[in-house]
Amino acid sequence: MALLLPVLSSLHPVLAVPTIDRLVFAVCAVIVLSGALGVVLSSNPVYAALSLVLTLFGVAVLFVEEDAQFLAAVQVVVYAGAIVVLFLFVIMLLGVDRQESLRSERLPAQRPLALLLGLAALGELLALSRLTHWSTGPKGASGAPATGGGGNTAALARSIFTTYLLPFELTSLLLIIAVLAAVVLARRPGQHPIAPPALGESEDPSLPMIGADPNEDVEGVRNVDAGSLGFGGARSQQ
Amino acid sequence: MIHAAPVIILLPLVGFLVLTFGGRRLGDPSAGWLGTLAVTGSFVASIVTFLGLRSLAPHARSVVQTYYSWVPVGGLKVNISALLDPLSLAMVLFVTGVSSLIHLYSISYMKGDPQFRKFFVYLNLFVFSMIVLVMAGNFLFTFVGWEGVGTCSYLLVGFWFDRETAATAAKKAFVVNRIGDFGFLLAMFLIFAHTGSLDYHGVFAHLGSVSRGTATAIALLLLFGAVGKSAQLPLYVWLPDAMEGPTPVSALIHAATMVTAGVYLMVRVNPILALSPNSLTVIAILGVATAFYAATVACAQNDIKRVLAYSTMSQLGYMFLGVGSAAYGAAIFHMISHAFFKALLFLAAGSVIHAMNDEQNMKKMGGLRKYLPITSTTFFIAWLSISGVPPFNGFWSKDDILGAAYHKSPVLYVVGAATVLLTAYYMTRQVVLVFTGQARWVENRPGVEGAHAASGGHAAPVASGGHGGSAAGEPGGGHAGPPHEGPWIMTLPLIVLAGASVLGGLIDLPFGKVKFLDTWLSPVASGAGDLATESASLRIALLLVTLALAGAGILIGSRLWGVRIDRPALEPELLKRSYYADDISSAVLTGGGGMVSRALSVVVDNGIIDGAVNGVGHLARAGGGVVRRAQTGYVRNYALGIAVGTVLILGFMLVRAS
Amino acid sequence: MTLSGNWYLALAAVLFSIGAVGLLIRRNVLVMFMCVELMLNAVNLTFVTFSKMLDDINGQSLVFFVLVVAAAEVVVGLGIIVSIFRRRPNATADDLNMLKG
Repeated sequence: MALLLPVLSSLHPVLAVPTIDRLVFAVCAVIVLSGALGVVLSSNPVYAALSLVLTLFGVAVLFVEEDAQFLAAVQVVVYAGAIVVLFLFVIMLLGVDRQESLRSERLPAQRPLALLLGLAALGELLALSRLTHWSTGPKGASGAPATGGGGNTAALARSIFTTYLLPFELTSLLLIIAVLAAVVLARRPGQHPIAPPALGESEDPSLPMIGADPNEDVEGVRNVDAGSLGFGGARSQQ
Repeated sequence: MIHAAPVIILLPLVGFLVLTFGGRRLGDPSAGWLGTLAVTGSFVASIVTFLGLRSLAPHARSVVQTYYSWVPVGGLKVNISALLDPLSLAMVLFVTGVSSLIHLYSISYMKGDPQFRKFFVYLNLFVFSMIVLVMAGNFLFTFVGWEGVGTCSYLLVGFWFDRETAATAAKKAFVVNRIGDFGFLLAMFLIFAHTGSLDYHGVFAHLGSVSRGTATAIALLLLFGAVGKSAQLPLYVWLPDAMEGPTPVSALIHAATMVTAGVYLMVRVNPILALSPNSLTVIAILGVATAFYAATVACAQNDIKRVLAYSTMSQLGYMFLGVGSAAYGAAIFHMISHAFFKALLFLAAGSVIHAMNDEQNMKKMGGLRKYLPITSTTFFIAWLSISGVPPFNGFWSKDDILGAAYHKSPVLYVVGAATVLLTAYYMTRQVVLVFTGQARWVENRPGVEGAHAASGGHAAPVASGGHGGSAAGEPGGGHAGPPHEGPWIMTLPLIVLAGASVLGGLIDLPFGKVKFLDTWLSPVASGAGDLATESASLRIALLLVTLALAGAGILIGSRLWGVRIDRPALEPELLKRSYYADDISSAVLTGGGGMVSRALSVVVDNGIIDGAVNGVGHLARAGGGVVRRAQTGYVRNYALGIAVGTVLILGFMLVRAS
Repeated sequence: MTLSGNWYLALAAVLFSIGAVGLLIRRNVLVMFMCVELMLNAVNLTFVTFSKMLDDINGQSLVFFVLVVAAAEVVVGLGIIVSIFRRRPNATADDLNMLKG
């Protein structure tokens, strides 16, 4: 190991850094990219969601590597723990777990153009960064230093609760609005609480999980009496 | 005494205003008398002014009276001013004189017409405008009068406006006049541009700075205006149709006054004409051509007034011939003579029409001499005068002009002499058809021996073009019984004018000292047609030739038409329709003009303009249709668009940074 | 000595482009949404890297806010998706072309 280091460092300066950092970065990079490719290339949406979780974890580790421990924790809890779960809920709810055919593409020139543009954008980004020496601006010029009394969390808290107090309050407001919006949007027009299918009755696999009958109308739902709610009633109306 | 000049101008204006606003209260004959009185007062004032001017030395007989500063704008200073000089006084004398007589005549002629008062309103306005025209001291004020007489001509020709032919004729008169006025305006622009003034005195003083080309242009443009006003070729087509107006109107406007305005203008600007001999030649040729042309057409007309209309046109041609030969005195002399005998002819014709219950077709008259003695006698006097028989005034004045024409070019003389023959011929034809021979109207007149029991005074249908017809609107109604003279109010003017025709020659006899008119006019209009320089024998030879031609014309006319009234060979359709001038112009204008306007309407208006406007709309829609294809509705396409934009922006930043 | 931040930035750029391409290519609405999340994560990574490189806490606080807003956005977005795709669960993004001009 000790011998390897100078040899490697003569090849490229980056290889001279401590192994653990390099290793962590390399592994996490692999994780992140494989997760990303998994999201993009999986035909099954559930697989895509799980790949997303992989990516998120990789990014969280990178956060830790960069002394943003608090954010790493938040990333895992909020992103991986809440958002992706939400995704999975909706996937299950709507049953959009059908395999999407990745072969066919309806829109002409969409795919090659997308690849081309993606590569072009990437190339440009890297070139631009290279030209401008990767980072602009002096160190620590604006705002509080990352390190300081109390560690990362305290520094972050100091920044949020003093400089960015108003945006903080606004984001809390935003969350309330989001909750309201979700409630309103997810409500079915004039719906009664959905009764689960009667015990013993097999579900018709062709029917959607919730009685989302394309042919039903609002009146039909209202006219259903209490006893015939559920699939039995829905089926009898077809 | 010269201060009576404003009265001349103002009296008819006052008459016009009083009759307009208070005429209804005056009642019918009184309104007419008031109008007559206004013009007669003007005549008296012009006599007074004339005497006042005569008391001045000949070289001082050019007085400008400025009444009001009208347009003081920069370099253009135009005043309301009167120029009192021999020419304007000569004009205003006979204008007011003849107008007074015609006003008197109209009181009786228009009796019973529901618009009696309006007639005198218009007549007074007309006389006012004419006086302004002849007495104005500058071109612009003259133009005011010029337009005024044109307007009054329109109003009076279309006096019986509910008759479509009359309304159309009035419009035609006005429009054709207007075309000529365009020339007058352009001439005024040129005059002001080159001499810096519009005053007659100012312009004539600065003629040194005017080149010959410019003078020719000015002269020809003024000629164009005069042609429109005096009904010369080619702007004459309104005059025959203007006979739709009442006969006093024809007598006043289209014989004695308005149509002479063109000649007056030409004589007034004779210094400009002197700068441009070419324009004089053009004027002379135009005049004699018109004279001949009109005389030929008059030979084939059946309407008593149309013959006189073409005759007027022909005699005006003579006056232009005189102007073109630089015999300004002769031209004015002929104008005055013509005013007398032509007004007389028209008034007498009016008397005949009145007596014939508004029948105007000569073929239906005849033998009226024994029923209308005064009318026929005065008509005969006028006939002899216009034919050029001595000692009547027409002979002297026409001869002056022909002498000057010969001096300019024998060809002009020959054509003019031929016209003398034709004039005598057609006037004789008219006299014979109307006054002598068999009374062809007897069958339709109850109460006369030989008449059938038919209703009197039938009206022949009014035809378009050159034919005659009856003026169904002429007042007086039908009366049974033999035709008879009008009251003294109608016959007195006839007699006075006849007397003037007899004695009128005295004002300008061609013998040395008694050339009163020429001498009087010489300060302002001395021309090259000084007959005294010609040899006496040549003079007498020309005189005899014209005399012989006149006699021949009379003889031929009486021989042919006294015997038989139906001679279609002598009345070819070509002449009846005045060389199809009206037909040609309507074909060209409505046909060609119609084609042009159709082309403009379809191609330009519908195609180009509407096409452009609609095209903009179509373009917008088409453009929208093309651009709309970017709105595929697919979110992914839109995302692609965003990606493209991102790549471009990044590329731009890359290029900028490198 | 730690790895220079340039590598992190490069990784974030790659992650971002993968997410972008995925958004353009996939038809399933939920997968498209997940690609958006990928892009957001790439941006977060970038910010944190800059925060480290420039020794500035502001980058991390920005990430904090991005996180919150992303959460709210996901909630609302999924709510919309649910309300649209309730009737037609097998619909894809291409079927929502009613705004076609």
